[in-house]
Order: sequence, then structure tokens, then C-alpha cells
Amino acid sequence: MTKLTPVLSAHWDEKDSFTIEGYKRHGGYNASAKALAMNPDAVIQLVKDSGLRGRGGAGFPTGMKWGFIPQGDNKDHYLVVNADESEPGTCKDMPLLMANPHVLIEGCIIACHAIRAKHAFIYIRGEVTHVARRLNQAIEDAYKAGLLGNGIDVVLHIGAGAYICGEETALLDSLEGFRGQPRLRPPFPAIAGLYARPTVVNNVESIASVPAIIANGAEWYQSMGTEKSKGATLYSLSGHVNNPGQFEAPLGITLREILELSGGIRTGHTLKFWTPGGSSTPLFTAEHLDVPLDYEGVSAAGSMLGTKALQIFDETTCVVRAVLRWTEFYKHESCGKCTPCREGTWWLVQLLRDLEAGKGTEADLAKLLDLCDNIMGRSFCALGDGATSPITSSIKYFRDEYIAHITHGGCPFDPVASTLFAGAGA
Amino acid sequence: MTTEVVDMITVVVDGFEVSVPKGTLVIRAAEKLGIQIPRFCDHPLLDPVGACRQCLVDIEINGRAFPKPQASCTIPVEPGMIVKTQLTSPVAEKAQRGVMELLLINHPLDCPVCDKGGECPLQNQAMSNGQGETRFEGVKRTFQKPINISSQVLLDRERCVLCARCTRFSEQIASDPFITLNERGALQQVGIYENKPFESYFSGNTVQICPVGALTGAAYRFRARPFDLVSTPSACEHCASGCDMRTDVRRGKTLRRLAGDDSTVNEEWNCDKGRWAFKYVTSVERLTTPMVRNSSGELVAASWPEALAAAAKGLKASKAAVLVGGRATYEDAYGYSKFARVALGTNDIDFRSRLSSNEEREFLAARVVGSTTTYLDIDRADHVLLVGFEPEEESPIVFLRLNKQVRKRALKVTAIATKLSIGVEKLKGEFVKVAPGAEAAAITSQSLNAKSVILVGERAAESAGVLSAVAALADSSSAKIAWIPRRAGERGALEAGAIGNLLPGGRPVTDASARVDIAAVWGTDSLPSAEGKSTQEIYAATNAGEIGALVVGGVDPLDGENSQSALAALEKAFVVSLEIASSAVTQHADVVLPVAAVTEKSGSFLNWEGRPRSFDAAVQDSLNRSDLRILSMIAEEMGTSINLGTVSAAIKEIASLGKWDGARASMSKVSAPAVPTVSGDQFILTSWRRLLDLGTLQQGEENLAGTARATVAVISPKRAGALGVVDGDKLKISTSLGSVTLSALVEDIHDDALWAPRNSRGSQLLVNLGVAHGAVVSVVKA
Repeated sequence: MTKLTPVLSAHWDEKDSFTIEGYKRHGGYNASAKALAMNPDAVIQLVKDSGLRGRGGAGFPTGMKWGFIPQGDNKDHYLVVNADESEPGTCKDMPLLMANPHVLIEGCIIACHAIRAKHAFIYIRGEVTHVARRLNQAIEDAYKAGLLGNGIDVVLHIGAGAYICGEETALLDSLEGFRGQPRLRPPFPAIAGLYARPTVVNNVESIASVPAIIANGAEWYQSMGTEKSKGATLYSLSGHVNNPGQFEAPLGITLREILELSGGIRTGHTLKFWTPGGSSTPLFTAEHLDVPLDYEGVSAAGSMLGTKALQIFDETTCVVRAVLRWTEFYKHESCGKCTPCREGTWWLVQLLRDLEAGKGTEADLAKLLDLCDNIMGRSFCALGDGATSPITSSIKYFRDEYIAHITHGGCPFDPVASTLFAGAGA
Repeated sequence: MTTEVVDMITVVVDGFEVSVPKGTLVIRAAEKLGIQIPRFCDHPLLDPVGACRQCLVDIEINGRAFPKPQASCTIPVEPGMIVKTQLTSPVAEKAQRGVMELLLINHPLDCPVCDKGGECPLQNQAMSNGQGETRFEGVKRTFQKPINISSQVLLDRERCVLCARCTRFSEQIASDPFITLNERGALQQVGIYENKPFESYFSGNTVQICPVGALTGAAYRFRARPFDLVSTPSACEHCASGCDMRTDVRRGKTLRRLAGDDSTVNEEWNCDKGRWAFKYVTSVERLTTPMVRNSSGELVAASWPEALAAAAKGLKASKAAVLVGGRATYEDAYGYSKFARVALGTNDIDFRSRLSSNEEREFLAARVVGSTTTYLDIDRADHVLLVGFEPEEESPIVFLRLNKQVRKRALKVTAIATKLSIGVEKLKGEFVKVAPGAEAAAITSQSLNAKSVILVGERAAESAGVLSAVAALADSSSAKIAWIPRRAGERGALEAGAIGNLLPGGRPVTDASARVDIAAVWGTDSLPSAEGKSTQEIYAATNAGEIGALVVGGVDPLDGENSQSALAALEKAFVVSLEIASSAVTQHADVVLPVAAVTEKSGSFLNWEGRPRSFDAAVQDSLNRSDLRILSMIAEEMGTSINLGTVSAAIKEIASLGKWDGARASMSKVSAPAVPTVSGDQFILTSWRRLLDLGTLQQGEENLAGTARATVAVISPKRAGALGVVDGDKLKISTSLGSVTLSALVEDIHDDALWAPRNSRGSQLLVNLGVAHGAVVSVVKA
């Protein structure tokens, strides 16, 4: 019996799932009609009751976030949808938008109604032109169908390619036309967000989950998931597996179950390590196969559920090499605002390159950990913290492998073995 | 007087309790206890940013501890807060040491050749909160160094710790966001927009607040080590803002000047002119010995006794008058004032060596002398009206204060002017556009109240009826008036009575009891009772043969509208000139007496508020004497002592005068004349002096001059269309006296008017055209 609960992804395999007709065929835009007839506060209450938590990584209760918007303040309110999906390994929002952009638009209508906003801005990462085009077309179609433009407008904004703009306040700065760098909080976006007005910033998947909740009720949503992590969500499986892709399942499913559903690890290989929620969440190993993948379960095991980006690495992978690549990413994407992240990632890369090349010493390993300690919790935003996670967790589980690089005078792995074309013959 | 009630919050820092006003940041609460938390991006006058992360501390509130160290520069105190700094928290100590190490990994080790070395917050805090040895063995980030971001500011990106103090200052304080942070990550850097240099009048402040040697001033670069400098608190002599300053001297030579801290006046800022224009003292050929014109008409060096005897003899021989420029110190002006009355027996004295009027003189006596409007009134005003005054150009610290209130609480600013200026635009001011000469009517139609402030510039005297209208508006609305002259000494000279209608302390010369007051202190039987002549009247009387001798100190005869008359008078009269360097007066002088420059003497200026800004000699070994001392010596030689041998004697005597409690002088109303109508190629000229121009005190400062605004002639779009002129076309502007040719700039200006800078390169209106405001000029496309 399958444990999958396709809601968001229910009709992705239909040819016209991304069109307004395809969406309407399965009751699309009925939820927004229902919500618009409701009192906004009742909508917020319903979302609160459903237990929906933010799918961007932090897991903050969505209804509570909406409830923070001051009402009756005679100010414009804004909804901002964070579609700047840039974390290495994270790949749920883009497929969702490719397959069903209208569910996001419907979610925007409902959310705008609830928080009494007239404008929603969707901030999408600049590199995904095909997704932006599709979403743009969907917005245009929704306007033509009279679903938008009657008091609620949706604007699509295309970013210029910076990971930091996924951080909500940097996103707001970027949206306002400034360089994307995180803002000092307080004031929080709920009080002074976009253009210093009360603003809700939600992840694509969070907003896209709302129409189904309105349509089916809070109890239906509550019936899925675990005690504190309600509902179903998209798990993005990638890496050394036979069938990578999106698996929508109730929160609390385990990697073992997902691997069973998906056809398992690359044939002939064994699981070495994996990320539960993208590269900024501490690594897991085979011993964590039965950790329930909900906010509490992953946290209790020492990592974070994050974006549920399950990147699977088998035994052919050099963990030092993988960690170095991620670290290079964080160095490249550090915005430069604060010292620990800007200078720290610069130094981390140099240390890791030496270690990977076999030029390191055991003392360097201690230095590396101490450096991570000086970055983690010292940086302005979570980017710096995230940059240290793969390093500290990999040294925790694979210290011997780091040492092997030192004693071996270089990487003991054959990098080709981990590739897709390994064994294809030279 | 009401006192504001401030909520106090008590917090514990490192085990010590401290009570601070609500809203105080943790880092400042700690400072109050003497606990110094290291910091770079934090600056008390800039919005918190929390970027450098150097000031991390452990904080708990009512028993709940933050899970990680917090930036103490961003968090306000809260009741029940317990703060543990690096002194008591090992976590905070390690966090700070870690951040310091990270700041240093990419910082070049060029302290031995860095201007900041020895006074560098990075160097100092690396010693106090860092570790002796680096663990970094990698490759440092390098940049080309240094690069010019303006002709006076150099940027060394390798040294930069990216604290964003400079960019925040430029945006938040000066409203000149000409520098920003560019790029990202470790490549983040301060930069300018392509081909748009950092041409802000306040750019020098960024050099001063840079916590490392990333921003340096071109003029000071590689000139000195901080520990070789002798610093003296001083006051700025450039304008009437009254900035507190610090003058740094090495071996008798001023090498740099910095803004001093005075929260009531300039806070911690100054303008680039105040900071970087001081070489006029050394770059020009200073007069070193007295000179006397001999029988063959040549000026020859003379001994002091010889020169003093010649001066005394000439001054006794005929009726004499005194012309003292607006740059004399308060004490020197007092010396001139007393010298005129006691030694020369005349009220013919005027400090206004510029365009002025008798309406202005009456206004100064009736409304300005003794007035107590201050910066605080700007802070509290609901509406500020600018009349004949461009704050950014003519009193930059007044501009910063207005800008602060505009940013903080949207203070309403209204400017009655012919042309919309950059400064008023930055203040988001309401621009009331008038033709030159039509200001008075616009003033009358303003509605103000008792919380409003009218800031009147010295240029208000250039349109008849304006000051009468200001006085009437103040009377009808109870708004406060502040008169803000350009020159640093004018308010002091007014208070000292260096003007024909007033004795010291605002006592009208026509008031018998006022004369008795002063005569008693001065120990003379009587004082002249008739109102004295103004600058223009003195020149005219000299040319008419009524006055035969002139004592001239710090005056540029070309600063007036009728310089032919001035030069003729100087040629005709027996002239005793007190100057620091050879000038247009020297050529006509009969006795030349060298005096001390402002850095070589002590004294004070009264800024526009009337607030004393006293200073000591920054250069200690100068042999030059103050004007006061020399006037005293001449008076002795003339047989009528004025007893002002030293500055302290003058200060004592001024203090002994007491307050004048008699009636103020009154002011007669002057109506505005009709504004000329212009057509065809005729325009009404209007102008003001830019902050950076050809001013005498900016001589020798090429780096500073490089950031002066472009010299342009501004006309309205309508008139430009009629003339077929576009931006950049040349306009020839002529009067009967001469012409200037300038690049056109089409902007928001009254259709009848043409604006040009009064004394900039290529545009010296008083010299070239003989007029500066309100006169009809003819304009053709050249």
C-alpha cells in the first residue's frame, strides 16, 4: 500500500495540468471563490486550525504569520511569495510551478483576501526562465478569466540570480530595487516589510497548499502528518537513486519508506550520506533511515527538515569533495554584509581545498571546526550558519575520511565512480 | 521651560547595574559603565546595521537567554536584561576574537605605511580583543590600491572592513548617496557609480569615521604619523555654522583638521571646506614684516616702531574710518570697534565688506544682535522658512541639521528663492519661485506660527524690502528669526559693535545711556553720538574728501558691488592695512602690518546662534600678533590707549560690559521697489556663492577644488526654448562693465532670472559684471 498522498501533485501527469482549463477540471479556483465569500479572519483561523507550517524551511505556522498583520491600520498590506528556490538540492517549487502554476495563483488570491492585501508579488529566481514564462502565462490567463484584477493583483518579479534573495528580508530589498542583503530585524516584515508596509512572505509550497485546505477543511489536512507537523508535503529525491523526483507524502514519512516507494539507491550501491533538507542542513547517514521526516523528528536527530530536499549520496562519493563544492557555493553566494559569513566562507574554501588536495594536517581539521564555531550563530542571517552545517556534520560522521585525505596525500576516491556515466566504459 | 519625561530602564552589564533611557542600545549602556565593547560598524549618529558582528555579547532577558551571542549595537535595552560582554562571558569573548580574526585574514599588513596607523580602531581593537598570531595561511584578497573616488578621497579596498559607515553617512546624514557597496561576498567593495565621482560637500566625514585606512584624504596621505602631531581644539573660521574642530600640527605646520564633537552644534560632522581648506595660511606668501610707503611711493620693509609711528601719524592727520572684514574674531572685532570710537573718535566702522544695505543695518540692530535662536530651535521647529539663504552652500551644518529633522520627522522646509537648489531639493523643501527682487511679496504671503523659524541669509540684504517683510512676518506670526551670515566673524562683529549704529552688546549709538555705559568701561569722557557710515558710505565719503584715512583689516575691496569706488577710495586715502598676506588693499596701503592667521592666535567666533566658539593657538611658536594687539599698539602710539594688549584682556573687558537692558534700536519699514520687467535677451541676474569656489580661504587646495560643482548659467526651459539654447550651450552674459561666458543649464528657475555662481572659476560676477543680484543683464547664445 502506498503512503503517497498526492494533493499538490495529484494531476501533474495530465498533459494540460498547467493550463487554467486543466486546473479548473479538478475544481481549481473553487477554493478561492469559497474563501472570498468568507470573513478574512475566518480564513486565517481555518489555516491556523489546519496546522499548515511554512514549507520554505523554517516551518513557522502559516496561519499565525498571517495573523501578525495588523488589521484596520489603514496601510497597504502585501503578500510576497518566495519563489527564489536556490538551495543546492532543493527542487520542489520549480516543478510545482511548471506543472501547476494556477494553484499558487489561487493560493495568492486566498492569502491576499485573508491578510487584506491588494497586491501579491511573486519573486522568482532569475535562472529559471522556463518556469517564469509558464507562471507569467498563468497569471495572464487568470487575469483574462477575471480571477485577478478584481481587487487583487499579482506581479511576477524575476530575480537576478542571488541565493541570498531567498532570505525574506533580502528578497524584499531586492524586490524594492536595492541590492539583496538581509535587513535588520525588528521591524519584522509583518510590521514593516515591502515598502515598509505590513507584509507576509511565504514560500511557494505554503501558499499552494492553501486552496486544498480551504476546499477540504482543516480537519482533512490535520488528518495527515504527525502531532505537530500536519499535512502532506513534497519530498524531493535526488542523487544516487534509481528514480529521482517529487514524492508527496504526509509529514513524518521516513527516507527508508521513500526509497522503497521510489526504487531505492542506485543499483549495486549503498547509502553513504544524505541531506534531509538541502545542503545547509546537517548531513544524515544510513543510521538515520528511520528518522521521521517531520520538523520535530529531524530536529531531534540533529538536523533540520528544511526544504525536504533529500539528496542521496552512495559509497562512491567523497564526502570531502561534496562538502567543498557546497562550501564553494556558499562562498560565492555570501552577500558580504557581515564579517563571519563573508570572510569565513572565503577561508573555509581555502582550508577545504587544501584538505581535499591532501595538503592539510590534523590541526587543520581542528582549525576548520573552530572556524565553523566562529561563524555558526555569529553571522547576520542563516546563510553563514548553513554554510557550516555540511562541514561540521561531515566531520562528525566521516572524520576518518578527512584523515584519509591527509595520510593518503590526496583524495582516495575515484571521482568518476560517483558519476552517472560511471561504468559506461571509456 | 518644560522638561521631557524619559522612561529609564535598568539593566545589568557584567554584574553592574546601569539605568539608561528607553531605546538605548546595549553597546551604549555598557559604555556608560565604562565597558568598551569592540565595534566597527556601530556609530552613534548612524542607524544601526549590525554588519561587522564585532560587538557580540551574551544577553538574557528575565531569565531567558538568547541561544546565540547578539550584536550589542542593534539591540535596545529591555527591563530585566542581563548582558555579559567579553569581560564576563567566555562565549562572547571567543565570538569577538573569532570575528576579529576573520576581519584580519584579508586585511593587508601595511600598517607601517597606512595613514590610520597609530589611531586605527582596527589596530587598537586587534590588540585589545584579538589574538597575537594569525591562523590564516591562505591567499589574501587583493585589489588595485588605492583608487580615487573623488579628487580628494582615496579608497583602498584591501583595507576596507565593509562596515558601511561611509555609505550610511553619505545616505543618512548628507543625503549624497554617491558611494555604495557593490559586488557581493568577499568581493564586496565600496564604489562609486561609473564616472560619477564622490562629489559631496561632506565627503571628508567618511574619511574621519572610517575605522580603518580604507578612505584617506588625498591632501593628508603619507604626510604624517598621528603620534607626531600636536592636536589643538579649535573652531572653524570658514562660515558661521560654528563647527568644533581639531587642528593637527607638526613642527609649526597645520597638516590636517578634523571635525570635533559638539552635540549642540556640528554633532560630529563638518564640511569639506572646513576640513580641507587650511593651506591658505601657508600656501600664500605671508607678510612677515611691517611695511611703510616711502616718499617715492614704494612699500618698503620697516621696523615695528617705525611702522606704528607712521600709522599713528597718518591716522591723526585726518578724519579716519574703519573697515573690518567679516572674518575677524570676536575679540579682534571688539578691538576694531573700540579703536574706532576711542582712538579715532568715530562711529564710521562697518564689518560688512560685501553687498549690504541700510535696511540690513537697521534689521541687525533691531532683530539680530543679542538674539537667541539656536540649532535646538531648528530641531523643534514645525516649519522652517529659508529667505536669501542656501544652507548647503552657505552654512553646511545648518543644512545637515535641517536634513536630520527632515529625515527624522519630515520637517517642513520652504525656500523663497529664484532657483531650486540641490540642497533644497534634498530637503524635500517647498520651493516658492520668485523673480529676483520679488522675494518680499512671497514672504508676506507665508503663514507661520510661534513654532516656526525663519532662517535669513546675508543675501536678504540684496533685495530691498525683504528684511522689512521678514520682520513683519515674525511679528505677525511670533516665528523666530535667525540671521545666518556666511562669514564666521560677522555675528561676533555685530555683537562687538563693529558697525556704525551699534556699540558693543547691541547698544544703539544714538542712545545716551548706552554711550555712558560703554564710556564708563572704556574710561573715556564721551563717545561719538552720530550714527556712523556704512562701508559704501565710507568709500563715497573718502572719494568726496570727507574722510582722509582708513584702517582696513581683512577686507577684499572686490567683494562689493561698486569696486571701482572702493579701489578709488583706497588709492586716495591714507590706508593702514592689517593683513596676513598681500592683497588688493596692500597695493594701495601706506602702512602694512602683518597679523596672525587664525591658527596662530587664540580667540573666539560667535556663530550664527551667537554661541562663542573659542580656540587656542594651534601653532605655538608664531611670532605674528593678533589684530587686537596691533591696534592696541597703534592706539598707544596715537596717545589714546585702548588697553587691549591681549585676547584675555579683551575677553575680560567684554564680560564686564554686562547686558544692555535699554531699548533696542528700531527699524523703519522699507517697501520693495517694482521688479524690472525683462524681455528678449534680458534677464535679471541672481547668484550665490558656492561652498567650494574661488574664496580666498580656499587658496592652494587643489584637491578640494576638484570637487567643486560645475560652473553653469541656469535659465528656465521657457527662456531656453526662446533663445534656442540647450544644456551645455554657451551663454554670454553682459553688463556695461563686462561679460562672462558660461555653459547653460536648463532647470527650475523663474523665467525672468538667470542664475550663475557668484565667485566660481569662470564666473566672478562682482569682478566681471559689477553686479550679483537683481540687476538686468543681457544674455546671448555664444
